[in-house]
Amino acid sequence: MISPLVFEPERPGSKDIAWCPGCGNFGIRNILKSAFAELNLRSQDVVIISGIGQAAKMPHYINVNGYHTLHGRAIPIATAVKAANPSLTVIAEGGDGDMYAEGGNHLIHAIRRNPDITVLVHDNQIYGLTKGQASPTTMPGVKTPTQPWGVFEEPFNPIALAIALDASFVARTFMGYFKESVEILKKAIQHKGLAIVDIFHPCVSFNKVNTYEWYREHTYWMKGHDPYDREEAFKRAIESDPLPLGIFYIHEKPTFEEQVPAYKKDKTPLWQRKPKIEEIKKILEAKRAF
Amino acid sequence: MVEFKEDVSIVLGGAAGQGIQTVEEILTRVLKLSGYNVYANKEYMSRVRGGINTTEIRISSKKVRAFVKRIDILIPFKRGVLPWVEKRLTENTVVLGERENVEEEYLSKINFVEVPLNDMAKDVGSSLYLNTIAAGLVVGLFHGDFEVLKEYLRKRFGSKGEEVVSKNIEAAKKGYDLGIKLCEEKTIGIDIKKDEKVRKEVLLSGTEAVALGAVAGGMNFLSFYPMSPSTGVAVFSAQHAEDFEIIVEQVEDEISAINMAIGAWFAGARGMVTTSGGGFALMSEALSLAGMAENPVVIHLAQRPGPATGLPTRTMQGDLNLALYSGHGEFPRIILAPGSIEEAFYLTAEAFNLADRDQVPVIILTDQYFVDTYYNLPDVDLGKIKVEKHIVETDKDYKRYKLTEDGISPRGIPGYGEGVLIANGNEHDEWGDITEDEELSRLMQEKRAIKKLETIRKNAMMPELVGKDDAKYMIVAWGSTYHVIREALETLGREDVAFMHFKWVYPLPEKVKELLEGKFLIDIEQNVTAQFAELLKKELGVEIHHRVLKYDGRPFSVEEVVEAIKGVLE
Ligand SMILES: Cc1ncc(C[n+]2csc(CCOP(=O)(O)OP(=O)(O)O)c2C)c(N)n1
Ligand code: SF4
Repeated sequence: MISPLVFEPERPGSKDIAWCPGCGNFGIRNILKSAFAELNLRSQDVVIISGIGQAAKMPHYINVNGYHTLHGRAIPIATAVKAANPSLTVIAEGGDGDMYAEGGNHLIHAIRRNPDITVLVHDNQIYGLTKGQASPTTMPGVKTPTQPWGVFEEPFNPIALAIALDASFVARTFMGYFKESVEILKKAIQHKGLAIVDIFHPCVSFNKVNTYEWYREHTYWMKGHDPYDREEAFKRAIESDPLPLGIFYIHEKPTFEEQVPAYKKDKTPLWQRKPKIEEIKKILEAKRAF
Repeated sequence: MVEFKEDVSIVLGGAAGQGIQTVEEILTRVLKLSGYNVYANKEYMSRVRGGINTTEIRISSKKVRAFVKRIDILIPFKRGVLPWVEKRLTENTVVLGERENVEEEYLSKINFVEVPLNDMAKDVGSSLYLNTIAAGLVVGLFHGDFEVLKEYLRKRFGSKGEEVVSKNIEAAKKGYDLGIKLCEEKTIGIDIKKDEKVRKEVLLSGTEAVALGAVAGGMNFLSFYPMSPSTGVAVFSAQHAEDFEIIVEQVEDEISAINMAIGAWFAGARGMVTTSGGGFALMSEALSLAGMAENPVVIHLAQRPGPATGLPTRTMQGDLNLALYSGHGEFPRIILAPGSIEEAFYLTAEAFNLADRDQVPVIILTDQYFVDTYYNLPDVDLGKIKVEKHIVETDKDYKRYKLTEDGISPRGIPGYGEGVLIANGNEHDEWGDITEDEELSRLMQEKRAIKKLETIRKNAMMPELVGKDDAKYMIVAWGSTYHVIREALETLGREDVAFMHFKWVYPLPEKVKELLEGKFLIDIEQNVTAQFAELLKKELGVEIHHRVLKYDGRPFSVEEVVEAIKGVLE
């Protein structure tokens, strides 16, 4: 195993971390570094594509390739990165607003498409960077500056949605459980196909409801759960209090990259390829005839 | 007898789903293989069945590549076609077809040659053969090569069995013989020279040229969401995706499409999206990401009239401003607009090198008229295509956004080299990490919006001058109007009128200004507000003296341009 220190960046811009002291994002960073280390991944071969939000600043605080993109758009970009170079380990990362609100449509279709990427959602049940508005996972009744009457919308259930769409790998964890979270992330990264990991983490600045204690008291680990049983997984997914943690569902199936014609015969990453001039010639020849 | 010399414009009109497309295909291919120059373009309504769609096919002794208003031979497949094309009829127009498809009031204005296509089809066995008979008829009028026609039908219907093939050949023969007879009886006279060389030429559409050019330029990832008239490029690419070994993916929306193309480039592939105005509008945020992250991307934007859904199947050059100004903040881009099918091939290929070198969005502007046009061309020279990659191997201290003199930082990709790279849509330092430093923010803005833009401008392609550089009048135009204007100028035959065509629309090279100085400038474009004329003024301070604008969703015709120019000269 390589040391997690390898993933500690040296760049000057990575020193001043923009997360609030005490935030759960720090824990997720450590979980990621350990997971990469335990999987013996090379920094050069990992890419984190993030959206926008506090969570999405991760690429700056970890020593792997990164692309800090647009709010909600990490998934399509990550999909294409993996498709362009399947030898990379690709992670799409962002907050619950990023992935479930602005990027909700992409998540749905990425599950259908099943690229071999890991979607890591920092679920703090609030918008952090924009200062405390409700997110799709905020619990009903919670009052915020923009929902002063208290949230009344049904919270988004990413686990149930993903299982309903027959996602390839669906898990939830709480960053307060370090070792278990590292294990889940490792499995998600190793899983062939789209793996979605919803990771609870407290937002100490804006979410006064879902604190460290709250997550400990309101979650439990699924024991003896068979992740290959979809119906059982769905039953677990709609439990609300306490919330189950662990790997809910696994369905191994062909990935996007495996099915596109580009890789049927030739496994060379797209970036190393040359245009098929011969094929163009053939088409032009055909256009001389009929 | 009505006689046509050198150049005939045939228009087929009917409802969507009536098979006009089939006739068009047979005619263009068979007549080209018979040695005639052909040109075809269609106009159609935004509906799947019914309505009226027409196709213009020009058959000529010399190369023809432009839309004419005039109809020489009209074949209506239903009632309603004549009123639809009324303004295009002349006293010479010959209408070939069934009496029931011709409204009474036109009989006095046209030369009507009744041909009982339906009865003939029934004789063969079914009215299904009507299209083949009509095609045979026209090929006969031109004394086209019947053997070629037979062979074509064999290829086209071969999969449906010998019976269908032989019935179609029989139908074609009936039509063909009738066509010959009409000439022999001197009902119609056609005098067009064949040219052996044409047989070997390539029949290519604007759509195919863009798609093939992209692949030649190294495109290996195409993401799109369907929208007319841009979808053809995706259809063509998807149908050949296995041969080209490329990824063609229909995604959930245009936002995803462009973000994917951006991701593909980030990882070193060559990505493109094909879209139209509304779809491009949705892409503007990601376009800005490409600008900020200095991420190459190629966008094919096939224009149609807007705003909103506009006229979905018609043509306009109304999205130049959208291409120029879409996106927030300030960043450079390159805008190209091919004028000919060959040019679409070369330019689209080159777009990938430009995007790669300058790390900016490159937008290829076509329009419905352009993508739906096709004609024969001698060849495209694949030897002219160069795939120039600008990816560097990273070292340990690699800086993605290194500040350089020309504003271009060496671009690494993940997994190639010892370094890691951070790309970022937030303002960043040289490594790519977020910064709010005053000095760095200023330098990075200048790098992108000033230094890089100037580098691009220095390398910009000059417009093409058609005619004499000392002509008193100079027409300026861009994109798809190229051939219509060229033919109009040939028709006019005036030495004192020249034409400057811009295939590189933005940023404009400085030197253009000198070339336009002291001339009477006539701007011709297909939009309401003369967007290109405004751009010339803004970029180079060039004042246009006269504007010829068209914005009814139909292409300029040669005749219209001739009239418009005459109006200015006199
Ligand atoms: C298109 C767009 N809309 C809105 C924003 C503003 N915005 C930035 S972050 C954010 C939400 C962040 O919440 P979340 O994704 O939960 O991440 P967190 O900050 O909590 O980690 C929003 C709405 C934006 N950057 N882009
Ligand atoms: S706003 Fe909340 S989630 Fe974001 S860094 Fe601060 S504490 Fe963490």
